Amino acid sequence: MPSESDYAIRVKDVSVTYRTTFERRPTFKDALKRAGRGERSVVEIEAVKNVSFDIAHGEVLGIIGNNGAGKSTLVRAIAGILPPTSGEIEVRGRVSTLLALGVGFNAKLSGYENVMLGGLAAGYTRAEISEKIDEIAEWTELGEFMELPMQTYSSGMYSRLAFSVAVHMDPDILLVDEALSAGDARFKAKASAKMEELRANARTMVLVSHALGTVQTMSTRVAWMEKGELLKFGEAEEVIRAYAEHHSIQLEAATTQEDV
Amino acid sequence: MAQATVDGVDSDDQFVGNHHVYQPYRAGLPPLKPYAREFWRRREFMSEMSTANIRAENMDSWFGRLWTVLNPLLLGVVYFLLVNILSNRGMKPGYFVYLLAGLFLFSTLQLAMSEGARSVTGAGKIITNTAFPRALLPIAAVRTAFGRFWPTLIVLFAMCLLNRIYPSVQWLWCIPVLIILFILSSGIAMLLATIQVYFRDTRSFLPYMSRIWLYISPVLWMPQVVPEKLRAIEFLNPMFGVVGTWSEAIVYHQSPKLSTLLLALAWALLFFVVGAYAFLSRERDFAVRI
Repeated sequence: MPSESDYAIRVKDVSVTYRTTFERRPTFKDALKRAGRGERSVVEIEAVKNVSFDIAHGEVLGIIGNNGAGKSTLVRAIAGILPPTSGEIEVRGRVSTLLALGVGFNAKLSGYENVMLGGLAAGYTRAEISEKIDEIAEWTELGEFMELPMQTYSSGMYSRLAFSVAVHMDPDILLVDEALSAGDARFKAKASAKMEELRANARTMVLVSHALGTVQTMSTRVAWMEKGELLKFGEAEEVIRAYAEHHSIQLEAATTQEDV
Repeated sequence: MAQATVDGVDSDDQFVGNHHVYQPYRAGLPPLKPYAREFWRRREFMSEMSTANIRAENMDSWFGRLWTVLNPLLLGVVYFLLVNILSNRGMKPGYFVYLLAGLFLFSTLQLAMSEGARSVTGAGKIITNTAFPRALLPIAAVRTAFGRFWPTLIVLFAMCLLNRIYPSVQWLWCIPVLIILFILSSGIAMLLATIQVYFRDTRSFLPYMSRIWLYISPVLWMPQVVPEKLRAIEFLNPMFGVVGTWSEAIVYHQSPKLSTLLLALAWALLFFVVGAYAFLSRERDFAVRI
């Protein structure tokens, strides 16, 4: 591999702006009513502003920040789901994402079918997915539920399956948004162990999390975002301490409370 | 949506692009060449999607298939009685077959419209979790519609034989007709899928729209009976040439005028371009609007 490609992810002066609506279910009817009153329901959100950083292969980046700081938008941009409005993102390696819980296409389809569809959409071949599918199913411990429509699943089962798919597709780079917070204690422990295993295998990871304890133990580096801007980027311990001080959180207390 | 540019240097895996560069869209569109390549690479997704959906609706069972056929067949009976009573005269022999041929074809378009409209809003979490060319979703919906169409052809064939309509060389006209219909439905599906994201009640208007479209297309009536002052619908209705050619070729062994077929193709391409542009220029938004 050429030397200039030692980084796994390079984010160059990236801004992400998008327009969305504050309506939960926008309809033509409501739009007409609004137009009659001269209102609009569209808001423009500058979620990420001029962010730059590099992540080398084998590093784990934790992204912390308050709600609405642009963390999720930034990982979505890295995943290619929401391309930047300006700047450039370069990603080297097989990417696997766990940004929304649920592999879900169709709740009427079985777990197996949803895994197959999700994998094909992500660009894997049928053969590659078939090769992994037993491993994925076994890890979830869903048993015969894998054959049943996903509408029969509990939310914990959804997240187990989603997590299992993301980590078993042999990714070079894993992007995770708040996923470890779902599921029961046993699953959480199992998920953490799996993440640890991936980290030990020198996989690159980006974790978005509010659980400072998890971020601190997992990450080599941490990005602290605030209102779309990258406030601080550096060694995990240093950034987390600064963040905790800023928000006057007792770090030990935060660690124990948030990870429960 | 992965605008991946797989560089020759270190892409050791041709199936999952290993080097991605994400840049702002130019002129509101994703870079088309990588988009097309990523789309093509994931073509298996579309067949899997339509077979899985057909399976989910239990349409792969014997009764499921029967229902796919029975539904337009019963509709055919309804229209047959209606037209016979309203027109107050016995229709030409073969009219029932003509009606069925048109209905079967038209219901494919209608299904592509309704399935296409919900293809993006119904895709759920995959949109927020995975980067892929979103156009796969409406095109997969069109594929589903065509998947439901093939079994009805068996019934149509049987009906032809019962009415002493035998295969002829004119039946080959059905091939270009189906290609045109696929292009047309793909364009409409992409357009409706986009509109549905912004206005979630779009689908509730569809039954009325597709019903009106059915009545102004030569399904219940023959293409020749269009009164002089309504001739405009021959040119302004994209389905005119499609259904007309289809039914007349099958039932009356007639070859279409080339101009009719070319006009239909032009309409289909226009819809495809407009639909594709609407969809591609908006698909970045889908992740934040679902």
